[in-house]
Amino acid sequence: MSILLSKDSKVIVQGFTGSAGSFHAKQCIDYGSPIVGGVTPGRGGTTHLERPVFSTVSDAVRATGADTSLIFVPAPFAADGILEAVDAGISLIITITEGIPVLDMARVKKAIESANRCGRQVRMVGPNCPGVITPGECKAGIMPGYIHKPGPIGIVSRSGTLTYEAVHQLTQAGLGQSTVVGIGGDPIAGSSHAEILALFEKDPQTTAVVMIGEIGGAGEEEAARYARDHMTKPVFGFVAGRTAPPGRRMGHAGAIVEGGSGTHAGKIKALKDCGVTVVDNLSEIGSTVAAFLKKNAKEVAA
Amino acid sequence: MKLVEFESKDLFASKGLPVPPRGGILRDLKQLPSALKRAKAPWVIKAQVLAGGRGKAGGVKLAKNPKQAREAAKAILGMTLVTPQTGENGLKVREISVEHAARIEREMYLSVVLDRKAASPVVIASAEGGMEIERLAHERPEAIIKQAVDPNLGLRDFEARRIAFALGLPPESVGEFVKIAKGLVRVFLDYDCSLVEVNPLALTPKGLVCLDGKVITDDNALFRQPVLRALPDRESSPLEKEAKKHDISYIGLDGSIGCMVNGAGLAMGTMDTIALAGGMPANFLDVGGGANEERVTQAFQIILKDPKVKAVLVNIFGGIVKCDMIAAGILAALKKVKLKVPLVVRLQGTNVEKGRELLNNSGVKIITADHLWEAAQKAVDAARGSR
Repeated sequence: MSILLSKDSKVIVQGFTGSAGSFHAKQCIDYGSPIVGGVTPGRGGTTHLERPVFSTVSDAVRATGADTSLIFVPAPFAADGILEAVDAGISLIITITEGIPVLDMARVKKAIESANRCGRQVRMVGPNCPGVITPGECKAGIMPGYIHKPGPIGIVSRSGTLTYEAVHQLTQAGLGQSTVVGIGGDPIAGSSHAEILALFEKDPQTTAVVMIGEIGGAGEEEAARYARDHMTKPVFGFVAGRTAPPGRRMGHAGAIVEGGSGTHAGKIKALKDCGVTVVDNLSEIGSTVAAFLKKNAKEVAA
Repeated sequence: MKLVEFESKDLFASKGLPVPPRGGILRDLKQLPSALKRAKAPWVIKAQVLAGGRGKAGGVKLAKNPKQAREAAKAILGMTLVTPQTGENGLKVREISVEHAARIEREMYLSVVLDRKAASPVVIASAEGGMEIERLAHERPEAIIKQAVDPNLGLRDFEARRIAFALGLPPESVGEFVKIAKGLVRVFLDYDCSLVEVNPLALTPKGLVCLDGKVITDDNALFRQPVLRALPDRESSPLEKEAKKHDISYIGLDGSIGCMVNGAGLAMGTMDTIALAGGMPANFLDVGGGANEERVTQAFQIILKDPKVKAVLVNIFGGIVKCDMIAAGILAALKKVKLKVPLVVRLQGTNVEKGRELLNNSGVKIITADHLWEAAQKAVDAARGSR
């Protein structure tokens, strides 16, 4: 088991024939992911990467039975692409695109909420994220596949390369991953840390979760409270941005300390208060998790 | 993008919000007499810089006659304004505004911000204007009124009325307030803002007036905001502007270790690791996922232009960005600029072996590390040694 993606997923790629879409769709296919087709308006009826191309998402869903869409549509048009996926019946939308206007995301969120109120179950992950990977089964994103290996650790993160760093350390320490979810660095995200924690808690394959956050917003604090109130599995937390100056955006649109909220110190305190194991040194994520699980195993054995 | 007061008020006026009559925006005292003619006395002279707390720091002065106005303008123009928001070095005042000073009967607070959790804009109001809203929220949260806004519909009349009554406005001002609140939400939505703030919104004998204005806009939406695109970037330093031109995300900091990293999160994480190892980063720099050799070269040159840099740490986790490309970019940069400080490189991920080989065979003196912690410690030591 895993969360969100498995070998039984059926994934289409929106922005399939563009340069980013093509490059990464090929990487996903080479990894063995079930990519069943793609969408580029006006290219319907052609073939790309040995997969059918459709002009609309609903054509693609009808022909392939796709349940997941991986979106590479350029930022000015990305919100429309997401809305098209919602409308076509896609239930998992993974948006890689960086630089989508925040108000576009506010409107997209409203549309997803109203679809879900009408009985649909639509989940969005991203935007501005590396995507989702269930190692050995399905990679829907831009992460380097080879650093991952299947295993028991769930990861949820706001950052791309920081996640690769954590995955690499875990794999080096002999710990594989159940699913790795990049929720993205934007102020409004499709899925929050807490929502992904809830999925990991229910997943039998996952035995522990690593949560990687950064300054800005209150998602880490909310997730910490969720972990305290609803989780039985151990959660490890790292928060980037201890040395970031207030009022400046640190690359990610969402990584900013505004009016004294979203600070590193506040997040670390919330995590600790809620019983999350905080890793201060980025280089020690893998070793901390490994040491904890080893100790736990001994205690269980004893 | 952050806008100064007069730019913010221009946006307000474009949506029909009442702002004080303006005499002018001055960069030179010679322009003062004509500005005083355009707006009636008394006047308020204000420093146009990107910082709150201007009044207490001497950046806002009242003038009843032309002589006082001249003294005020002379004192403010060219001064270095230090407020809690500017940092120790302060900001040099290059522009001042001259406005008619309204008689204030009551001050209120009104703003629209993005509520990340609710994923929608929210109007925030308080009957206690003039004060810093963060402080008020902390000390007396009950004094704050909040109203969520549907991003598709804007603020509706009844929602605006609810705020007006909660503020305790006299019935004759409610209609006027509804127009202002709806207009402010239109500014927020139509200009893709992340913050619009009026503090204070003043009740005067002639009605409600937006006495001050603050706007922060969403950089991601600039492509569809021609009015905002035409405004100058007042926040970025010259090096930051140069970086932006090359699509590099760079923010200058106070430390001595220059950093080049791929990815915003890892860039922050690298800065933090340097601090844990006892050093301080000189910058945040994300070369970006789509980095090519040329951009790496540019990034490297920008880091070395900062005279505070005593050592450089390159931390790359190759994914889409390949380590050999990064190595080639660094070597290309070193052909253009002479490296006078130690360089520590940590490569990991895609094509790491090829990248390391390129660096090792280049003959350039490079300190290498396999792990981030080792790299950070070496960079801290190197920065100390080169001082």
